[in-house]
Amino acid sequence: MFTSLSDRLTATFRSLKGKGRLTEADIDATAREIRRALLDADVAVPVVRQFIARIKERALGEEVSQALNPGQQVVKIVNEELVEILGGETRRIQHAKTGTTVIMLVGLQGAGKTTLAGKLARLLKSQGHTPLLVACDLQRPNAVKQLQVGGERAGVPVFAPHPGVSSEFEAATGDPVEVAQAGIREANTKYHDVVIIDTAGRLGVDHELMQQAADIRAAVQPDEVLFVIDAMIGQDAVATAQAFNEGVGFTGVVLTKLDGDARGGAALSVRHVTGKPIMFASTGEGLKDFEVFHPDRMASRILDMGDVLSLIEQAEQSWDRADAEKMARKFADQEDFTLDDFLQQMQQLKKMGSLKKMLMMMPGAQGMRQQLEQFDESSIGRVEAIIHSMTPHERVAPKIINGSRRARIARGSGVQVTEVNQLLERFAEAQKMMKKLAAGGGMPGMPGMGHGGTPRKAKGKNAKKGKVKSGNPAKAAAERQALEERRSRAGGGVFGPGGGLPDMADFDPSQLDLPAGFEKYLKDR
Amino acid sequence: MELVLIISLVLALLLGAVLVGLLDRPVAPPRGTYTELRDDDDPAPAPGGLVADPASADAPSSRPAPRHAAEAPVVQEEVQEAEVVETAPQLDRPEAAGTRLQRLRARLLKSNNVFGQGLLALLSRDRIDDDVWDEIEENLLMADLGTEPTMELVDRLKARVTVDGTRDPDALRALLREELLAMVDPSMDRRLAATRKDGKPAVTLVVGVNGVGKTTTVGKLARVLVAEDREVVLGAADTFRAAAAEQLATWGSRVGVVTVRSETEGADPASVAFEAVKTGIEEEADVVLVDTAGRLQNKANLMDELGKIKRVIEKQAPVEEVLLVLDATTGQNGLTQAKVFAEVVDVTGIVLTKLDGTAKGGIVVAIQRQLGVPVKLIGLGEGADDLAPFSAEGFVDALLAE
Repeated sequence: MFTSLSDRLTATFRSLKGKGRLTEADIDATAREIRRALLDADVAVPVVRQFIARIKERALGEEVSQALNPGQQVVKIVNEELVEILGGETRRIQHAKTGTTVIMLVGLQGAGKTTLAGKLARLLKSQGHTPLLVACDLQRPNAVKQLQVGGERAGVPVFAPHPGVSSEFEAATGDPVEVAQAGIREANTKYHDVVIIDTAGRLGVDHELMQQAADIRAAVQPDEVLFVIDAMIGQDAVATAQAFNEGVGFTGVVLTKLDGDARGGAALSVRHVTGKPIMFASTGEGLKDFEVFHPDRMASRILDMGDVLSLIEQAEQSWDRADAEKMARKFADQEDFTLDDFLQQMQQLKKMGSLKKMLMMMPGAQGMRQQLEQFDESSIGRVEAIIHSMTPHERVAPKIINGSRRARIARGSGVQVTEVNQLLERFAEAQKMMKKLAAGGGMPGMPGMGHGGTPRKAKGKNAKKGKVKSGNPAKAAAERQALEERRSRAGGGVFGPGGGLPDMADFDPSQLDLPAGFEKYLKDR
Repeated sequence: MELVLIISLVLALLLGAVLVGLLDRPVAPPRGTYTELRDDDDPAPAPGGLVADPASADAPSSRPAPRHAAEAPVVQEEVQEAEVVETAPQLDRPEAAGTRLQRLRARLLKSNNVFGQGLLALLSRDRIDDDVWDEIEENLLMADLGTEPTMELVDRLKARVTVDGTRDPDALRALLREELLAMVDPSMDRRLAATRKDGKPAVTLVVGVNGVGKTTTVGKLARVLVAEDREVVLGAADTFRAAAAEQLATWGSRVGVVTVRSETEGADPASVAFEAVKTGIEEEADVVLVDTAGRLQNKANLMDELGKIKRVIEKQAPVEEVLLVLDATTGQNGLTQAKVFAEVVDVTGIVLTKLDGTAKGGIVVAIQRQLGVPVKLIGLGEGADDLAPFSAEGFVDALLAE
């Protein structure tokens, strides 16, 4: 059920090699798989139909690249199309030229509007604005209270003249239009430059509430109307988006609950049907879990291809430049990798947030999900404790750690001696691997990676040496070209290696256990 | 610089891999606190909060304090009566379960009729060629049925229509009804466990992702049970969302049901659940309904927390029923949700909410088939009595009604 698109495509094209051009039969076979992948990702049926037609048209007659099999090549085209549709015009919030910028949030019940209001307020505040939250959801029990809590956490004032309802059994009494207008007046008198209006959630078929939202919109003339939609919504996304677009009209879209594992095909549907840009993505329950929407990442996600760019960006934000450089130098000089470095890297990783979350972003992580789910974050703490219990000398030269030292370290860190042993064992392996990697000799097999190489896998390995140390220069050059191309498209430029979709298309996570997955990841570089 | 970063990142991730490799050995049982229950943005929990109380995992009963509001139902009627006209001084008399689906049939028709009629119209065409089959397939896909069940159903319809060769609308309707019914599987046991067993109340745990309407469902379910003359105790184990407990207590007080909740915000949900079940046993209730906080199924720590809630409850009474609340708009991710929740707490039934919109909730078909978990209740509106027991026949008939 959950085999990834790349797996299925690879299977489809195992027999097809050495063709000059993509034929119609190739494309049809691929199109079927892509259609299914899109449907499994909850992209709306009419959108899928149009999309596939477009892909077929574009793919037909394209020259087959040497580095990619036909399946991969079609996937590449699909990815490019997806990025183009999703990101045709990503943009920031448009602020009013003069006076107060008004942002209004609309969406279905339970999409996450109120939570988002707090996040948006925090973001705007961090950008130097002075936002005001206005509570116009007088329908849902305790919505006003929730907004107040959100505002408090974000450190943003909340304008809530009407208490709203506190249970399902009260009729909504206040007039949200009035509240919205009063909110704007309040903002003007208190010099808030942005007003965020939270409205009641509604079903697409509820005309009364839809009218109410339209009334609010007419009354306050917002600069932005953001449509908030849940990433796990299914085929209903189109009907909902259309209902809101016609009923209220919105200028941008926010995708919420992207921290779940839904593939978020709704993004494509909404964009395709309404033409409105997706502006933000909400990725967690904390106020900070909110980011600008990245079309290329979403494309990979819809196609189930992993998301390395986010990972690298996150690293860039939180890593210490000097440390990273030192590490890279060490690596290049093939110096011995010490436990101190290990510890340092661990701490860097911790700074980036949850290790699990990061590992999840790796291409192929979908297949490792099960294992990753069981990953206990606290074990990082244990490893740290073990290393902290070593003397500086021991950390630099782990070889000197004999039995009695091990016992001492175990006592010091409160673990069993076997755990110390395991750590040292793994570390020795990692050290060896680093050396080999630096020497460019490719990766030696990591332990526990006993899966035999099927022909397909072997091929994948050869095609995937991002470091262009492959024995076949022509292949390597072609591949580099493909990367280059994609690099310029993604606009992320320099991070090309991470976004090398063609490479990733060959990922076969389901057959690999975790270390092997990483090994492949490393090969991408 | 970028190269440097990439290399370092790779190194670091490799270390991550080494770390994960370490985990080949059995992971120690999760103990102690769930640090991510609250974000760093959140105000610090009030002193006396249970978040940091590791003892609660293993020995809730031995822990004397803090006490939850187990003593009395949380009655908020004074507040309400002042504000709301419709609050009756006496308790509500909820509608009996049996008549609900009948009443709500109209809503189901509104939401699904186009679907059933469309299918029927397509099948009744003079000539059914591949285009028509494609259209039928698209119709099914648009109901969130998912690729696999859709293809299967289309294949079966194809086979039967070809073999029967009938063009008679009534025969086609019967055929479609039969096939759709087979998809929804009427043979599944959709009864709720609501009877005391071995002198203990039937404990029902209500779980689901964020924003699907769990608390509302618990409230409505309490009304269904009260209508069936059951003694009910509610447990507000959603200690995360602001004011969730209050919301539940209001539901309870309307039908005279005790709500057990914690005084402190962010209390350990397992301990609240424990107290609720304890109260249920003491008061000899028939059913204890425990509401939990919404959690995305890929948040392992929150799923652990859920597992703990169930384990802690089971120290006193077995959990007879675990209801997964699913939003009808949910797409294919619903299957993942059901799978993960089923792994953690062994889901016994699905409650499909928000079916009164345009969504069809077809994903439950895949869930029923893959996991064998039946849909037990459907939510067809915002009214207090708009939660109805699901009946396969009634549902399919509504789909195909004229």
